[in-house]
Amino acid sequence: MTATATSRWGLRVLGLGYVFLLLLLPLGLIFYKTFEHGIAPPLDAITSPDGLHALKLTLITVAIAVPLNTVFGIGCALLLVRHKWRFNFLVDAVINLPFAISPIVIGLSLFLLYGTDGWFGPTFAEAGIKILFSVPGMVLACIFVSLPFVVRETVPVLQEIGTEQEQAASTLGANAWQTFWRVTLPAIRWGVAYGVVLTTARVLGEFGAVSIVSGSISGQTQTLPLFVAKQYENFNLPGAFGASVLLALLALTTLLAMNLLKRKEDA
Amino acid sequence: MEAGTLTRSRAPRGAPRGARVRLPGVGAGLGRGMVVLYLSIIVLLPLAALTDQSLSLGLSHFWDQVTQPQAIKSLKLTLVASLIVVLINGFFGTILAWLLVRDEFPGKSIVNAVIDLPFALPTIVASLILIQLWGDKSPFGVHIALTQAAVVVALLFVTLPFVVRAVQPLLMEMDQEMEEAAASLGAGGFTIFRRIIFPNLLPGLGAGIALAYARALGEFGSVLLFAGGLPSTMVSSVFIRQQIESGNDTGAAAVSVVLLAASLLCLAVVSLIQRWSSRHERSQVEVGSTIMPFAGGGGV
Amino acid sequence: MGISVEGADKRFGDFQALKDVSIEVPDGSLTALLGPSGSGKSTLLRAIAGLEALDSGRVLIEGEDVSKKPTQKREVGFVFQHYAAFKHMTVYENVGFGLKIRKQDKAQISKRVHELLDLVQLEGLADRYPSQLSGGQRQRMALARALAVEPQVLLLDEPFGALDAKVRKDLRTWLRRLHEEMHVTTIFVTHDQEEAMDVAGQLVVMNEGRVEQSGSADELYEHPANEFVMSFVGEVNQLGDHFVRPHDMEVVLDPDERTQEGLVQRIVTLGFEVRVELVLSDGTEVWAQLTRAELQRLELREGQIAYLRPVQAKSFNGTSPSHPRGASTPHGSHDGGDAEVPAAV
Repeated sequence: MTATATSRWGLRVLGLGYVFLLLLLPLGLIFYKTFEHGIAPPLDAITSPDGLHALKLTLITVAIAVPLNTVFGIGCALLLVRHKWRFNFLVDAVINLPFAISPIVIGLSLFLLYGTDGWFGPTFAEAGIKILFSVPGMVLACIFVSLPFVVRETVPVLQEIGTEQEQAASTLGANAWQTFWRVTLPAIRWGVAYGVVLTTARVLGEFGAVSIVSGSISGQTQTLPLFVAKQYENFNLPGAFGASVLLALLALTTLLAMNLLKRKEDA
Repeated sequence: MEAGTLTRSRAPRGAPRGARVRLPGVGAGLGRGMVVLYLSIIVLLPLAALTDQSLSLGLSHFWDQVTQPQAIKSLKLTLVASLIVVLINGFFGTILAWLLVRDEFPGKSIVNAVIDLPFALPTIVASLILIQLWGDKSPFGVHIALTQAAVVVALLFVTLPFVVRAVQPLLMEMDQEMEEAAASLGAGGFTIFRRIIFPNLLPGLGAGIALAYARALGEFGSVLLFAGGLPSTMVSSVFIRQQIESGNDTGAAAVSVVLLAASLLCLAVVSLIQRWSSRHERSQVEVGSTIMPFAGGGGV
Repeated sequence: MGISVEGADKRFGDFQALKDVSIEVPDGSLTALLGPSGSGKSTLLRAIAGLEALDSGRVLIEGEDVSKKPTQKREVGFVFQHYAAFKHMTVYENVGFGLKIRKQDKAQISKRVHELLDLVQLEGLADRYPSQLSGGQRQRMALARALAVEPQVLLLDEPFGALDAKVRKDLRTWLRRLHEEMHVTTIFVTHDQEEAMDVAGQLVVMNEGRVEQSGSADELYEHPANEFVMSFVGEVNQLGDHFVRPHDMEVVLDPDERTQEGLVQRIVTLGFEVRVELVLSDGTEVWAQLTRAELQRLELREGQIAYLRPVQAKSFNGTSPSHPRGASTPHGSHDGGDAEVPAAV
């Protein structure tokens, strides 16, 4: 009611035009370009041994990193919200770090820590456990970059529901675990779910940190995003696009999940 | 206090909601220990190793590495391009937030969902697409791949959601009646925006911009292919990678530390804004779901 | 002059908020728009201010058709239920806002702002922020802000709704006194009939988007046009087709041809008034309002049988009341039929 008709339309053109150019056009183009020459080239690339391995590796990293960060996230949120501790602000700050650090820096720091000259390098080498250029390193990188999401989404929900329900449960005789499992967790489930979706999206798409830590060795330590880059560098555009479309589809699924969960969270 | 109950009130009466102990004392201590352990292993130790490495050959070596011509060139490009980008997105992001909150138009929910695309899409894919759209084979005749403009466009792509999602909740929460009151007092649309809406959005906008800046500084995947690694188009993250590939770990670490410091500064700014805004009881600028709903971190 | 609304219609989606509403507000008067939630009173007020656009109908302010004018040009002062304080500005800046955007010079603004702050008794608080004020203070500030630009009309949307009962009562009196001093045509919206009757010279009762009746408090109380108005403005008992005010229910111990039998269920003394709740033989629950003296004289007890005699009753469907008593039931002339009768002043 407070904006005139012309200014409203002006804003619409500006804003929506920008979104179209910057976001929608690229999105549409991925699909167009991939299937420009038919479905065969991209399909071949993805179903190649390297492609399938990349997919498998991506899914493995997700399967390890996401649950770990989820458990950590919920526990940490509980501690931050329900327990006063003078170092909570520090915990808070450290959790925020992955938001601001370049993934290259993350990859490098892991590389240095677990490398042959690193603090942990020799120890693991002696134990015969390969961190770098192998799955564990990649998982560590993915955990680092996706650390904050579950915590960040759970904290406000926990704050909002307050302690009354939990107190009621305790007056009815529930112990700590029962209260958590039956009262707290159900109450925060949409916030947690949202955080999990964000974490998954982040791990799926992780590129920079993993590229350094894994060495991007085809067929061994290449995740899908690394696969895309490699295909592009080898001038195999259809291959790159095929994998990209797969990732884009996963991204759209994520977007959908995000929106559905957002609505549930708000409700 | 009944024995054996869950909540043994350690906090005095009238303690703020959420401050009551939920686990018995031992449980909380154990939990804290585990959190600290997890954070140390995952985040702090690697960063410590990084800093250690950067200084391993001495402070003057650190300085030499950081002041290499290309290092400086890349840093300048990174800092300036990121600044341009957050200002542009500050503008468009606010408009979009306003449209999404205060306007009605067909397809609004789609636009709202699409805003998060840069968060959900792997940046390497974004890079690829940007090349197709605005590179050599561009259907629009725009050929900015491997130029500095490419850096700007790539960063625009990845940072847009930050601003929109930071401003949106503030707008939603904002009392529309303030705007109506201003109108009843004779203020026109632009005056209302300038004197009423904008001042109240400032904390959120500031925080969104600071976070977007931190993200832009570290962005890698989307600039890698699109802007490439030419001396004039190499951002700091690409430079660091190049140093690693040449085996110059210490140099890479040194520049990384500089980049890290810049990012930390941004986080500090966000934190200051939050503290300031809660003191002045402006609309809450929360860390967490409102500001950083899907912050994709410092690049992917 | 004053304010007129003619044939206003407004719908929100499927919901018809205003149905052919017409009212006249005399110049310089203090009028209340009274009605339950959803009656359209706020919508009407906002339409007068230009904050809602009418689907059809006109709004005239001081004789001028302002229907097409945006809010900023209508020179209306508007006060919101939740104050709508500019929270990023001090009290001084809030009150001076309208003057500032009219480009008045600093000295002028300062003079006027301090004048108004004195008027609303907020002197000394000019440098505070709204968050540092109480609800009552914020609302007074909002009023000062609205008055600063010397509006033609003052519109208040449930101005005391967000305040505590005591503060509400104080501000009521205060608003009335302010109006006596300033004589600006004022309309305020409320769902509280006591507030309306206490403050306003004229009441407009609305229900489901229509005006039921308008007039002075006395007129509405004594001569309600229909059942809705009668039960909304004041308390009412329903005996079949007839409506009787509790204080018009006489309680006697001996029956006659005009009385009905009732069982005393409960006697409550609320301060000076006594409320006697009875149930009639057909199950209808009614209550009578007595004075303490009457209660003592009758020596009523709970569980006792007593007899009720309506002194005055109204009916709205064309039949005359069954127990006329002298000349004090001229209410046959007010058989208004159903609740659709819009009443002009």
